[in-house]
Amino acid sequence: MSKFHVSTNVNGDSVEYLCDPRETLLDCLRDKLNLTGAKEGCGTGDCGACSVSVDGRLVCSCLMLGVEAEGKQIETVEGIADGDVLHPLQQKFIEHAALQCGICTPGILVAAKSLLEKNPNPTEEEARYWLAGNLCRCTGYDKIIRAVMETAEELREAS
Amino acid sequence: MDYHSPANFAEASALAASATGITRFLAGGTDVLVQLRSELVTPDTLIDVKKIEGVSDIIRNADGSWTIGVAATGAEMSEHPELGGDWPGVVEAMDLIGSTQVQGRATLTGNLCNGSPAADSVPAMVAAGVTVTVTGPDGDREVAVEDIPTGPGKTSLAKGELVSAVNIPARGDNGGDAYLRFIPRTEMDIAVVGVGVNLRLDGDTVTEARVSLGAVAPTVLLVEDCAKAIVGSTLGDAALDALAAAAFAACNPIDDKRGTIAFRTEVAGVLAKRAAKIAYARAKGEQA
Repeated sequence: MSKFHVSTNVNGDSVEYLCDPRETLLDCLRDKLNLTGAKEGCGTGDCGACSVSVDGRLVCSCLMLGVEAEGKQIETVEGIADGDVLHPLQQKFIEHAALQCGICTPGILVAAKSLLEKNPNPTEEEARYWLAGNLCRCTGYDKIIRAVMETAEELREAS
Repeated sequence: MDYHSPANFAEASALAASATGITRFLAGGTDVLVQLRSELVTPDTLIDVKKIEGVSDIIRNADGSWTIGVAATGAEMSEHPELGGDWPGVVEAMDLIGSTQVQGRATLTGNLCNGSPAADSVPAMVAAGVTVTVTGPDGDREVAVEDIPTGPGKTSLAKGELVSAVNIPARGDNGGDAYLRFIPRTEMDIAVVGVGVNLRLDGDTVTEARVSLGAVAPTVLLVEDCAKAIVGSTLGDAALDALAAAAFAACNPIDDKRGTIAFRTEVAGVLAKRAAKIAYARAKGEQA
């Protein structure tokens, strides 16, 4: 079986890889591009730990094949910080201790960034529904939601 | 597994017609990839339809009807400025499926062709009178949504056939639709019972109705007795009770971890009444 050659763009960089058509985008990001921020929690689209943005749309990278990434713009957690300067969401997650084991954190950061880009002024309910596909078994979610809501407020004041 | 991304539906149909073993079409992939990764279904041939021109389009035709591309996602339907105004029940049903991430990929066509009796968008489509265009080796044919599923995980599509468009009728005047489902939590679950209602009024009187039940039989049901119970009425208590009784009688569910036969049957009647009231209010132009 021949492999497919895929040209795509991840966090602003043009990248290429060869993949088997059965490999997911998550497999390709982690095993071919060494971008191990996105995690495989469930592999069935339930937990959101593999969340990435594809052409501006939040998706589970475990529910998309590597071959489907041809010509797309992909954003992962590795592209959130600006060099050594953390994204405001990352800073707030640290301040609020909105993570414990950290497995869900990359997916939640990507999902929360996507929320604030679409809706800079979400209600707490909107934030909770938006993040309902990102499971966290440590924090009980409150610290995560507080971090997201406070980031939203600060970003609004800064703009 | 062979992966193909044909440029048009005729080519997709020809690929499927000549393929051996298991063939799957890939739109959003939210069911196909889960089945692939869990080794429930390992296709020999996977045909990705997303490279076909126009498959993500949501188009309002000159006569007021809608054509939804087979790869248009739930998120794109919810964000559309006018689709939800015409068909709020269909859009809300699609929006109930899965998380934000799943909404970014999942499609009406995938939800239909996965063949789940509990698929949320399917009762809403059946109530709305939606048809799909099926492309096959002999050309195109138009099929009512209720004629696609034949049992859990099974469809009436023959080898070499695939859905190439979803056709929603024109809303027309004084009409409204609604979809409600019961799940044991507030979000992210599979319907225990789902009910779609679509009706049209003349003044206060219901003149046309279609009622569909999900998750209470091996396929989504179009229940004519439910429609008969409310046509000619002003949706008073007697008509609503008759509607619930007809829904109750149409149920043929299973017992499983999400709900018992008795529970599903009872809830089908309750939800049918509530969905009918919402559709009625919408048909009168009221907020619901």
